[in-house]
Amino acid sequence: MALNGLAIYKLLPKTNCKDCGQATCLAFAMQMAAGKASLDACPHASDEAKETLGAASEPAIALVEIGTGEKVVKLGNETVLFRHDKRFVHPTAIGILVSDRLDDAAVEARVQSINGLFFDRLGETYGVDLVAVRNDSSDAARFVEVVRKVAELSPLTPALLSEDPVALRGALEVVAGRKPLVYGAHPGNYEALTALAKEFAVPLGVRVDGLDELAELAEKIAKLGHKQLLLDSGARDVKRVLADQTLIRRLAIMKRFRPFGYPTICFADNRDGAQRVLDSVVYAAKYAGVLIIDRVDPAEILPLITWRLNVYTDPQKPIAIEAKVYEVGTPGRDAPVFLTTNFSLTYYCVMGDIESARTPAYILPVDTDGTSVLTAWAAGKVTPEKIKTFLETSGIGDRVDHRRLIIPGGLAVMTAKLKEITGWDILVGPRESSVISAFLRDNWQ
Amino acid sequence: MGVELVQERWKGKLYALTIGREPYQVVAGGDSTLPFLDLDGGSYTRPVSALTVFDRRPENWPDTLTGAWGDVLDNPVQWARKCVELGADAVALKLVSAHPEQGDRSPQECAATVKAVAEAVDQPLIVLGCAVNEKDAAVLPVVSEALNGYNCLIGQATSENYKTVVAGCLAHGHSVIATSPLDINLAKQLNILMTDMNLPPDRIAMDLSIGPLGYGIEYAYSIIERKRTGALLGDRMLAMPVICLVGEEAWKVKEAQRADDLEWGADEPRGILWEAVTAVALAQAGASIFVFYHPEALRQFNTQIDALMGK
Repeated sequence: MALNGLAIYKLLPKTNCKDCGQATCLAFAMQMAAGKASLDACPHASDEAKETLGAASEPAIALVEIGTGEKVVKLGNETVLFRHDKRFVHPTAIGILVSDRLDDAAVEARVQSINGLFFDRLGETYGVDLVAVRNDSSDAARFVEVVRKVAELSPLTPALLSEDPVALRGALEVVAGRKPLVYGAHPGNYEALTALAKEFAVPLGVRVDGLDELAELAEKIAKLGHKQLLLDSGARDVKRVLADQTLIRRLAIMKRFRPFGYPTICFADNRDGAQRVLDSVVYAAKYAGVLIIDRVDPAEILPLITWRLNVYTDPQKPIAIEAKVYEVGTPGRDAPVFLTTNFSLTYYCVMGDIESARTPAYILPVDTDGTSVLTAWAAGKVTPEKIKTFLETSGIGDRVDHRRLIIPGGLAVMTAKLKEITGWDILVGPRESSVISAFLRDNWQ
Repeated sequence: MGVELVQERWKGKLYALTIGREPYQVVAGGDSTLPFLDLDGGSYTRPVSALTVFDRRPENWPDTLTGAWGDVLDNPVQWARKCVELGADAVALKLVSAHPEQGDRSPQECAATVKAVAEAVDQPLIVLGCAVNEKDAAVLPVVSEALNGYNCLIGQATSENYKTVVAGCLAHGHSVIATSPLDINLAKQLNILMTDMNLPPDRIAMDLSIGPLGYGIEYAYSIIERKRTGALLGDRMLAMPVICLVGEEAWKVKEAQRADDLEWGADEPRGILWEAVTAVALAQAGASIFVFYHPEALRQFNTQIDALMGK
């Protein structure tokens, strides 16, 4: 949270000397608060002002990067507690666990499953981010061997979960080039692990039970010169995690408490598989930077990945779908053609309900700047002329033999005009997409 | 190093909506802080979970759902009893066959069904019409009368038909589900209109028209969260508890419906999780009443809620 003008003013010399180019110190403070001036312009600023105002211009939560190139995952730089206050910036990175106690064949099978945890959604692919090898064997050589194997088999960035500096050094010598996450430092090993993380320039997870202890340890590590950190308060049951995550985020953002100015890492290790997914849903909503989960079933990971995608969309802009021809199923030359608007929620509802109707069809979401049918109509963003142009440019006429267009019930008033200027027969569809199935049964053959 | 507690000072509180009859009454709302969070002091109420019963055999349900219920699907009374056996706090009876295109049953026929169900179970009853404004305006007042004394939660009342629905509920001692189209201002407006009819504010549950996971849940999540914080900051016309029809929404989507699939995995955990994840996410946003389709989704939800309540 940036300081306001008055708070900045209190730190200035209050001499109104004009050396900064502003008429008064207060005017200068207001410019700074608005992000239009820098303290550098004031030659008389005290050390206290420099320290306080310098810190105020740093992000409340540091940007931490795991991985390289296309596989880079960025975390942190978050600014709010609630997504409706602005937006959540960097989606929770999801890592899937691989134990180094598995034999080679089992490791291979598991990594293949993890590599398959990618899902297509409207032309985009979404999937898991990290493959997390955990040193359950307590055998450094075995850990390095499994990390090497995993790195060969998976394009995903590794996370190295071990407390043993020897095991970690061995693994880092193999995969440091992919900038893995190292986890984790605790009060007994932090000096060695911090040195390793600095040497290989990789982010470091910090775990200690309790928030007081965590703040203390994070501060010690920062003083050793490493600030690419991920915080773990040791909480593992969902209620404690929710409480700790909330307090860490509040301290970082509302109080700019530096020891908590890093993203967090959470572990979903509930004994019950389905509950692990539900715990993860809470963690993704409530501030987890990295989430490590021990599941590889796509039936469980798909809902989780979808939730992460949803909660990290930007609530400030209605999401618009590209205005073009979409197919539901494999529509033939006699398939129905539905017109709707390109507000994603509207489009998804129509698409989902046509799918439920089990009738292959075309959908034409006309560009209404991502607004719903009624909003678009009220704002004049959907007009017969615009629909005519869209019909022509979309090329739908070449894909069907008929000339019948189904329009949303909310646009019924346009029917006559549309028919006149497009030459298409206009069928007025339902106002609610949920009854599309019945509509098709009664009106389309 | 001591870590400071950063607390929010909430001055508002959600209205506590009570439905059903002693000793099976349930309370939704009444919360005076964020969900499941002890940090700020204040209290939070355990969400109420209901299972849905249709007044006739559902069409186009995926196997995961029909398999879970077996032969009760043809009999609303037996279905309602099974809901209670499976741990539902309340039974939500949906009058599908009142729909003009799906049976067009008369208000009297609907009233007979709801009466039979109300008599068969002790737990509170939620009654949902067919979501056609004019038809619900005709059906719900008659249903309200038939349920006199049962202290039910009845809806969905919209800006188009709230007057008749509210009048019926006022006359016969029920609470009302106020349905608005995913817009916090319209939701608030409807609350104002209803309370202007002298409906006590603690007899309204807000239905904000949620989208399911993958299909607009983020809009519902943020509106519910805004509504919850708005109420905690003292806005009384946002202080009614929120009801979420998670079953109806979640089972619409292909990710919940599709049979076993190589890319998406087996249908059963997927569909159930689709519903349970939708509910857990919206509980985190601050909703109070959850209406499910699948009993295992309800069970998973309640297990998660046990953990969040610190049970």
